Amino acid sequence: MEALAETKSVASLQTLPGDDIRQLLWRFADRFELQMLVQAARNVARGPVARLVAQGGRNSHEWTPDKAALLPHFDESGITAVFLDPEQGGFIAGPKNLALALVAFELAWVDAGAATCSLAGNLGLSPIHECGIPEQRAKYINAAAPVKPGEKRRQVRAAFALTEPIPFAGVETGMLAGKVRVAEWKQGCEPMLQVDKRGRFITNMGFANVVTAAVDSDDPRIKGSCMVILEEGDPGVWDRGTPTKKLVHQLSSTNDPVFNLRVPASRIVGGYTVKGGILIPNYSHSEIIEAVFRRTRVTVGLMTSAKLLSAIEPVILYQRRRFRGGAGTPGTPRFELGIQQKEDALHRLVDIWATGEASASLGFAAARLFDELDPLEKEKNQWLADKQLAGRVALKELAKKQQEALELLRINSRPVGEREHKRAEELQADPLVRFVTLDSLANVLCPACKLWNTGHGANMMREAVSLMGGYGITEDCPGFLGQKWMDAQLEATYEGPEAVQRLQLSITMTTELFRAQFEQWIVEMRRMASSRPGTGACTLATAMQLWLWTLQRVQTATDADGAKLYHKSRQGVTFPLADALCWLLAARQFIFDVVELAAKGGENPVLADNLAGTVSFFTDLCHVQSARAAGEVGRVCAELVHGYNRHPAWDETSCHACYAAEELQTLEGIIPGIDGSARAYADVSEIREPHPFKAGPCARFDGLEAFVRLRTKLDGCLTGCRLAKDRAAEALTKVMTREALDYPA
Amino acid sequence: MNTAYQIVVCAGIVPDPLQTLEPITSAAGPALKNEMMLPAILDPWAGHALYEAANLAKHKTGSKVWLVSLGPKAKLQQVMMTVAQKVPFELIALDGPASGFTDASETANALADAIVAIPGLDKSKLLVFGGWESASRGAGVTMQTVGERLGIVDQFQGVDELKVNADGSLEILERIEGGKHQISKCAGLPALLGWATGNLPEPKNNPQIGMVNMRTVMPALQKAKPTRLAGEGLLFASVTLPKQLRETKIVKDKPTDDIAREIVEWITK
Repeated sequence: MEALAETKSVASLQTLPGDDIRQLLWRFADRFELQMLVQAARNVARGPVARLVAQGGRNSHEWTPDKAALLPHFDESGITAVFLDPEQGGFIAGPKNLALALVAFELAWVDAGAATCSLAGNLGLSPIHECGIPEQRAKYINAAAPVKPGEKRRQVRAAFALTEPIPFAGVETGMLAGKVRVAEWKQGCEPMLQVDKRGRFITNMGFANVVTAAVDSDDPRIKGSCMVILEEGDPGVWDRGTPTKKLVHQLSSTNDPVFNLRVPASRIVGGYTVKGGILIPNYSHSEIIEAVFRRTRVTVGLMTSAKLLSAIEPVILYQRRRFRGGAGTPGTPRFELGIQQKEDALHRLVDIWATGEASASLGFAAARLFDELDPLEKEKNQWLADKQLAGRVALKELAKKQQEALELLRINSRPVGEREHKRAEELQADPLVRFVTLDSLANVLCPACKLWNTGHGANMMREAVSLMGGYGITEDCPGFLGQKWMDAQLEATYEGPEAVQRLQLSITMTTELFRAQFEQWIVEMRRMASSRPGTGACTLATAMQLWLWTLQRVQTATDADGAKLYHKSRQGVTFPLADALCWLLAARQFIFDVVELAAKGGENPVLADNLAGTVSFFTDLCHVQSARAAGEVGRVCAELVHGYNRHPAWDETSCHACYAAEELQTLEGIIPGIDGSARAYADVSEIREPHPFKAGPCARFDGLEAFVRLRTKLDGCLTGCRLAKDRAAEALTKVMTREALDYPA
Repeated sequence: MNTAYQIVVCAGIVPDPLQTLEPITSAAGPALKNEMMLPAILDPWAGHALYEAANLAKHKTGSKVWLVSLGPKAKLQQVMMTVAQKVPFELIALDGPASGFTDASETANALADAIVAIPGLDKSKLLVFGGWESASRGAGVTMQTVGERLGIVDQFQGVDELKVNADGSLEILERIEGGKHQISKCAGLPALLGWATGNLPEPKNNPQIGMVNMRTVMPALQKAKPTRLAGEGLLFASVTLPKQLRETKIVKDKPTDDIAREIVEWITK
């Protein structure tokens, strides 16, 4: 057994984690194209982007020439082309979710507005990439590749126009003010459409020349909603509008545009069919949005992770150097450690670091999952097309595959000797079974990453800012922490705010297939705890058990008034459970990543000197994060399980089990010890008091014994978590840092 | 006259200068604390040589650039993730120490052996480039020794500019004292140039170049020849970092001429 258990003398963290460590943690040690991409994006982030931020380039709403000068850097470094396949002018073959996630991470390490600027172009083209017909892909996606020397063409720079001025499309994406009508439909000719759309908060609109706009039909000859491709130069009004007066992400261009354009129906994303004189788009706008956002939201989540991890070094440097001016003497603790002499400052930094790691682990795991899912999804689509299945019939077929996936999970949960191997192999070989399994995970991991990384991440960024004192809220704070804190709030909002993610989770986390996998994860965590006892895996397993118990309970229970607890309108129940799940998922993935580092790190000779120390430190961070997650889960679950029961009052019904002190005195002669026992287990009214001074008799746990046992167990599982935190904190006082950050402030 | 050059650039790797560099004494002699863990970069002086080589090759059809680098294989790989995106080259990797505390003579021998082993090497087309200095402990003799070992007698150090004349001869600007350059003419090849800073900016990363280079970089790393530098007879009496000096003075309304004079006095004292 390879134990990572806490011991008295463990190797200590020597340097901050470098690329070798990150490549192992996030599983791209064997992909040199991604390693090159990271270096290219980092060069841009810590070069031109950082210089622009340091020069005050963020201090305007307008799309300035200085901001526009970043676009050629994105083009030349390959950032723009990451999204493209090699035949389209890109350089990475296959799915690109992890690649885009890494770019977002690197750019957001310095400025998330720059990340948004680079990625919004991909977002604008994503509807065409995901749902477009081949002609649309060929025309627009190929043209998004940076123009090569000697080439004469206009590079497509795209924007995605969904959000509209209040009260239309935003949180409720189904409510569209943007309209499409048939302008002209000559016999035997392609219909011409009139598109009327006002956008709000549209990224890249200061310079985009192609827009994919969500619109609803305003004409009985067009069915439902769709997305339409608009080009600068189309006849009509193409007004970029005024810059949005946003306070954050100032290196991205954001405008409130107005379009009133005439375009051919071939611009409908994904094409259309005509039945009975009605033009029917092949994809509604919501179908396209779902396909697009479920991928791009992960990259947004990772932007906040990057901010948290980027804050570690500036905070350490600040803490250590805080008292080095004036009369400080080198070699004294005050001079060498500065604020790091104080436990609180260290503990808070440990929390920030642990959150950053866990959120990055969750985000990159989600990105990798989508990389695995993408080809399977294509296979699924092909399979459905071959069988000519669509709509409900298709869903019915997929439901059968879900049952088969459940069967496979059941087989795999049995002891090895009792498994039906032949059947398991058969099911494992079925790409559709694999698809529905991974799809059920993606439907949870994507919103979880977007929700937790950004929401809780924003809270922790505030903590990071606070650790820099007054410096934290100045423009010249090293690492731009103040700006990053503000920016995190936008990441929590755009591409679907927190409520949207919670709503999605409240549905997807209750599917049978996800729950079956979650049950297996609990067993897996216990096994992990056995081989890696210092990681907090056991704590996490108990927290997962408690969460699952609570979910099952609230799905069937009612409140004190008999109303159902788990209902889509009862967000006081569903949303906190969604929040709690995110904590578990992030901590779980962090543990997996650290175990991977421990297992594979030895293969890299560069890590030989520091692997043990790094693994030991990360193990303690895992423990800290698991304990924090367990605390959150315990709190949420206890509130939900007990909180909807009415507290007993001093009434006839509740008081029938109470004792009077006089009565007990009398009985003490007959039943010795009854006075003490009664006071321990029931409420006792003292002489001349109607009842004890409290809200009512203590609540009883009838029917909740299992929950109470689990909750008590969970509290006990926190044993040792603060020792881990102390060790991690001590490591922060010793770790070697750079002399200066590698980007200006 | 268009000459197709064979340009071999010798380039080592050094710790990122932003890192805390703390000399320690290890079992194998002087080293830097956590040296293996520190992010590395291509030695900036050699980097200039590489960019000049690539620029020359770009303008002389049929030319080719090799990058010969001695360093721990895994660290070389990390550095290549950036360098390989800059300019086209073929890597020849030698798996050995990249510390600033190796013997320059041994390093030069290893580099020269690797150059000699390049298939199809034609000395009449050969230009050997390298850094005149180094960002680690610059012994100042490595490139000269490489040239000696290869039998190259036309050597130029502190080069800032190389022009190819119409007749194929080379015009070379070398740094000399007093901020001046010495202009030399070199009638023919082979020649060795130890570059100062040159005149070219660092090329931007280009992933397309990177992907092409990686076709040879990864195999080269996989078959990197283990290179042992014995360091026999080499003794370091002491190792210290250059002293950091900070003298801050706050002045107000002082004429710029006075400030300049004071700075000159401070530098020359």
